[in-house]
Amino acid sequence: MKDNVEVGLHQVPIGYPMTVRSVVESSEAPEWAGWLREIGFYPGERVVLMNRGFLGGDPLMVRIGMSTFALRAAEAACVRVVATQPGLQP
Amino acid sequence: MLHLQPMGRLIALVGNPNCGKTALFNRLTGSRQKVANYAGVTVERKEGQLVLADGKKVRLLDLPGTYSLHPRSPDERVTCDVLAGRALGEKRPDLAVCVVDATNLRRSLHLVLSVRRLGIPCIVALNMADMAARRGVRIDPAALSRELGLPVVSTVAVQASGDSALRAAFDVAEHWLPPNRTDALPDNEEGDHETVRQILQRLQLDQIVPHLASDRIDRITLHPVLGPTLLALVLFLVFQAVFSWAEMPMGAIEAATAWLAEAVSGRLSAGWFRSLLVDGLIAGLGGVIVFLPQIVILFFFILVLEESGYLPRAAFLLDRLMGSVGLSGRSFIPLLSSFACAIPGIMAARTINNPRDRLVTIMIAPLMTCSARLPVYALLISAFIPMREVAGGYLQLQGLVLFGLYMAGILGALAVAWVIKRFGSGQQTRTLMMELPTYHWPTVRNVLIGLWQRVMIFMRRVGGIILVLTVALWFLSSYPVPPAGAEGPAIEHSFAGTLGRWLAVVFAPIGFNWQISIALVPGMAAREVLVSSLGTVYALSATGDDTAAVLGPIIAQSWSMATALSLLAWFVFAPQCLATLAAIKRETGGWRYPLIAAGYLFALAYLASFITYRTALALGA
Repeated sequence: MKDNVEVGLHQVPIGYPMTVRSVVESSEAPEWAGWLREIGFYPGERVVLMNRGFLGGDPLMVRIGMSTFALRAAEAACVRVVATQPGLQP
Repeated sequence: MLHLQPMGRLIALVGNPNCGKTALFNRLTGSRQKVANYAGVTVERKEGQLVLADGKKVRLLDLPGTYSLHPRSPDERVTCDVLAGRALGEKRPDLAVCVVDATNLRRSLHLVLSVRRLGIPCIVALNMADMAARRGVRIDPAALSRELGLPVVSTVAVQASGDSALRAAFDVAEHWLPPNRTDALPDNEEGDHETVRQILQRLQLDQIVPHLASDRIDRITLHPVLGPTLLALVLFLVFQAVFSWAEMPMGAIEAATAWLAEAVSGRLSAGWFRSLLVDGLIAGLGGVIVFLPQIVILFFFILVLEESGYLPRAAFLLDRLMGSVGLSGRSFIPLLSSFACAIPGIMAARTINNPRDRLVTIMIAPLMTCSARLPVYALLISAFIPMREVAGGYLQLQGLVLFGLYMAGILGALAVAWVIKRFGSGQQTRTLMMELPTYHWPTVRNVLIGLWQRVMIFMRRVGGIILVLTVALWFLSSYPVPPAGAEGPAIEHSFAGTLGRWLAVVFAPIGFNWQISIALVPGMAAREVLVSSLGTVYALSATGDDTAAVLGPIIAQSWSMATALSLLAWFVFAPQCLATLAAIKRETGGWRYPLIAAGYLFALAYLASFITYRTALALGA
């Protein structure tokens, strides 16, 4: 994965440390962005995709801070992330 | 309306879901708890009593877990309203205890800052500090206290005397005063994130520490192949246990009922009073209490799975499947509870924050075969399905039929959900966003307290609606007494007999005779009553205990196989009991949905019975 390329959290490989850049509003469910922030998705937070559901699809298992959440791919797509660079504080 | 509020100071526990708040509540209050509902909403309200060092008693309220003070479900709204002093019939708490998960400080601190801004006196309980320490996260309570400008104490809710620091904090008079306003903390939520980040940085707590043990377990439980296999195995074991472990205690309850009935019969002379006690109360209530062991066993497993953190994983695994019929994995837990009884299942649907998902879950919960339907199945299966081994002796035909009936209910529920999705109004996006908490060993104490509360809820139901209906049915079946010289069983001349003959007109096309029709009426009150009602209707001299045993051969002779199968099909979809309809009305806030539920279940049951009856007749049954 190239550094500094912003992607949706649903597109990242499993086990790769990422940093949240922003949480964007989804056109189909504008309330998600606020809810995602509530459960800890803030810019600068470290996030790792831990696992995917059956056959690599929905839902996704995501580690944010010290908690783990199950997110649908559509929900995860609202979280824009970049690869975390070692040694660099967000 | 005037709400009387009890005297004494009130402490409220506030915290994120899964922060160990309820375990701490159990630790502080022990068995001195009252479970009820908040006024006007059906959110479970847990209040307990706590005795301080000076002997003064204070009330402790366990508020529903929330991530923020912006509510997104009815549960979370209660927490916000109580803290703001807006909740109907609730006093604003004198002190809030913010329970903070030490292994997840970042998210917890957001809530602490919000509660602090409300200006309510506040103590921070740093819970699960032992677990955090084991993961290498050491938090200095004094340093955190300086940062937040609030008293901070460490608690370990799962350990005896793990609450002593918090108890001591209650005895400090200053802790009951509102927190000072401080410039160091932001006065709106915009600044909270930056503040929390800086606090964690200063305390050197801003690194991700993976919980390795949980991740290792998840590699198996969420494995694409092993995960679903394990889930199927767990569910199979739960149902196996519900049936086999319950056998002995159920036998004991039946024997005790029979003994009591005999003892009472022997001491009273024949007459209406003895009939009311023995035929009405003892037989009727005994016939319901006999399910207590099964309910206890099912809830035991649900509580253990819930406490251990496995249930959300099950929801994760099933999310795809549930999604295909328009539901989310979140519906799994309410639907699983409905196998014990639809009422706790319908109440558990409150944790679903999408209103449409919640409504669909409530509407299909009655299709999950609740334990009250078991005695009906047991009676009919033992009377009509031969004891025969199939598949080379590994399986038993009776057991297979029972399994089929359970599956029919599940498939029916999925089909109904699919129809609502297919023909429902508009396409909605559904939300999952479900926390997968770290695995814990369930504590015996918390499981026992949880079980005790379920048992009390069930027993209150037995003492309330079921008691009233049992007496009502006894009256309807006993009066008016037959005229002198009349032939046939006395019940044919009673109100119940008359009503049954009217109903028989409606139910004749699906093969029900008047005896079944009349027994269906009290069966609306509580389905399990059908068995004892049939017993009464068939004018048996037997008491409730051996009703089923004696009733079996009688109905085997007098009903056709087609009628029996038709009645089994009826009970797969059976219009649910009145208590379930009442629960739906409370949860949805009106008559619309309980009426729709009653209507569609009745139609479905009638249709299923009609098809079953006609097919069976055509095949010569």
